Amino acid sequence: MAQPERPLSPFMQYRWQYTNTLSILHRITGILLSLCFFVLVYWLVAAASGPERYTAALATIGSPLVRLLLIGGLFSFCYHLLNGIRHLFWDAGYGFELPIARKSGWAAAIGAVVLTAVLWIVLGASLGGAA
Amino acid sequence: MSQFRLPENSRVQPGKSHAAPAGAKNLKTFRIYRFDPDSNQKPRVDTYEVDMDSCGPMVLDALIKIKNEVDSTLTFRRSCREGICGSCAMNIDGVNTLACTKAIGEIKGDAKIYPLPHLPVIKDLVPDLTNFYAQYASVKPWLQTRTPAPPDRERLQSKEDQEKIDRPSACILCACCSTSCPSYWWNSDRFLGPAALLAAYRWIIDTRDEATGERLDELEDPFRLYRCHTIMNCAEACPKDLNPSKAIAEIKKMIVERQH
Repeated sequence: MAQPERPLSPFMQYRWQYTNTLSILHRITGILLSLCFFVLVYWLVAAASGPERYTAALATIGSPLVRLLLIGGLFSFCYHLLNGIRHLFWDAGYGFELPIARKSGWAAAIGAVVLTAVLWIVLGASLGGAA
Repeated sequence: MSQFRLPENSRVQPGKSHAAPAGAKNLKTFRIYRFDPDSNQKPRVDTYEVDMDSCGPMVLDALIKIKNEVDSTLTFRRSCREGICGSCAMNIDGVNTLACTKAIGEIKGDAKIYPLPHLPVIKDLVPDLTNFYAQYASVKPWLQTRTPAPPDRERLQSKEDQEKIDRPSACILCACCSTSCPSYWWNSDRFLGPAALLAAYRWIIDTRDEATGERLDELEDPFRLYRCHTIMNCAEACPKDLNPSKAIAEIKKMIVERQH
């Protein structure tokens, strides 16, 4: 009797643990960071195009949607940086023991949130003061 | 490109329900993946209520009880029932592990039992591991030497050098690690996966082996070795508490170091 083609066993129901969650977050933040480069280039081009263009660009960048992207970008920067440090240690052969990997993962995630908040407040205060 | 959805023939359908015998008080519900190759039907998930007052403590005990008392067609691999043969590896409660060493009491809510992820299913909880074994064979998991062995004795190993290979030698080839790895799911045709790479590492660091260079040459490849992105699902899944991620990192280090 002809056998039907074998089905592929399910895989997307694999539990979200700190390992795969933080890894996919590293990729997502990497993609978001590269999107933020468009904002950076837009800002630089505006700055080089004279005061009128620059003032208009600042209004665009200050709009709620772009602001949200920038908060996301700031978080991406912080998380990608901190988790990147984990990867540096791993590449040197350190930090693979599960209790350490778990702690460093939590540190990167919580550290990124804290760093984002601190940077947003500090940068917001200094930029707001200058405007 | 990574495929996130299952192919049409693999999508899981709702299945049958088997209630516990009347009078049973201490119930646990098991939701188990079923696929019958002779039925021309898609896979389904059947539900079994098991009376825990007359069942052993491990998931394998429940599977055997279901097979003996409720549904003799339920198919799964098992042998030693003490975590050394690696036969009963499956996805339990979302994580790959051995059914014989996983306590039912550790599972909150219904116990969901699936075959090891992203493999062709032969029947029920029995996946096809042909590719997995072929990858293991491809790292030549045996001693390779050029110099003749001493005529009067075996090739002796010092205690310190033996300790280096003690842990990686404890791998039971259950495939929990490789099939927990998202990189392996989507690149298993070219990426060797954590289990085969752990085996490769075990022979690379064996001081009696004389093919270290050739072994590293074989692995120095964008896919075979470097599809590992240090996700570490493998180390979390390993029922023997081994650490394939660290072994892979050590191989990467050795490849870098020999260039200097």
